[in-house]
Amino acid sequence: MTNFFIILLSTAGALFSLLAAIGIIRMPDTYLRISVNTKAATLGVGLMLGSAAVFFQEFSVTTRVQAIIIFILLTAPVGAHLIGRTSYFTGNKLWKGSVIDDLKGKYDLKSHELKSDNADGKKKRRTKDSKQADF
Amino acid sequence: MSIQDYLEYVIIPILVLSELLVFIRFIKGPSVIDRVVALDLIVTIGIGIISIYSIITSRSNFLDIAMILALIAFLGTVAFSYYLEKRNKND
Repeated sequence: MTNFFIILLSTAGALFSLLAAIGIIRMPDTYLRISVNTKAATLGVGLMLGSAAVFFQEFSVTTRVQAIIIFILLTAPVGAHLIGRTSYFTGNKLWKGSVIDDLKGKYDLKSHELKSDNADGKKKRRTKDSKQADF
Repeated sequence: MSIQDYLEYVIIPILVLSELLVFIRFIKGPSVIDRVVALDLIVTIGIGIISIYSIITSRSNFLDIAMILALIAFLGTVAFSYYLEKRNKND
């Protein structure tokens, strides 16, 4: 029974890691690659660490595995946000099939500050967005 | 077929293949950001390889190294993004 769980968890983790690798090589855009990195790889590595915890069945190993998983879950979104923000400032273009760019015109490219949309005279675009946000 | 054999002959090749695919993106990546993301993913899959390897050799000491690697990957991403943004700001 233990072997079954180890095989199940490690196989699922390896397949998720493989999916992340295929995604990072097939995605057309930097932002989509960042998304692949922070979602699939976190789940894959978490499942593989869980298989290690099932195999050893000791208190010290399980706490260590929990510490690693919580650390990865906390740091992956922060790192992805930082690298995505840097990518937006560096001037990477979005993929041509992307529908909407929410940050367009909201970042001050000189001072790197984020301003809200209704600061000065952009009420036209605001009303158009609020109509979309109704459903 | 023991569980160590299964892990060694099935799981580890899948992980090595995925590392190779990410390494192609690391070589090819059009911008620096792609390379930073690929490096982060290489280290993250390396954590998975370390955990599988600790099952194969049944030594739990390797998980400490996995923890250190997770920390170093996060620090590397933060440092790269900070300095890349700063370089862009000074221009």
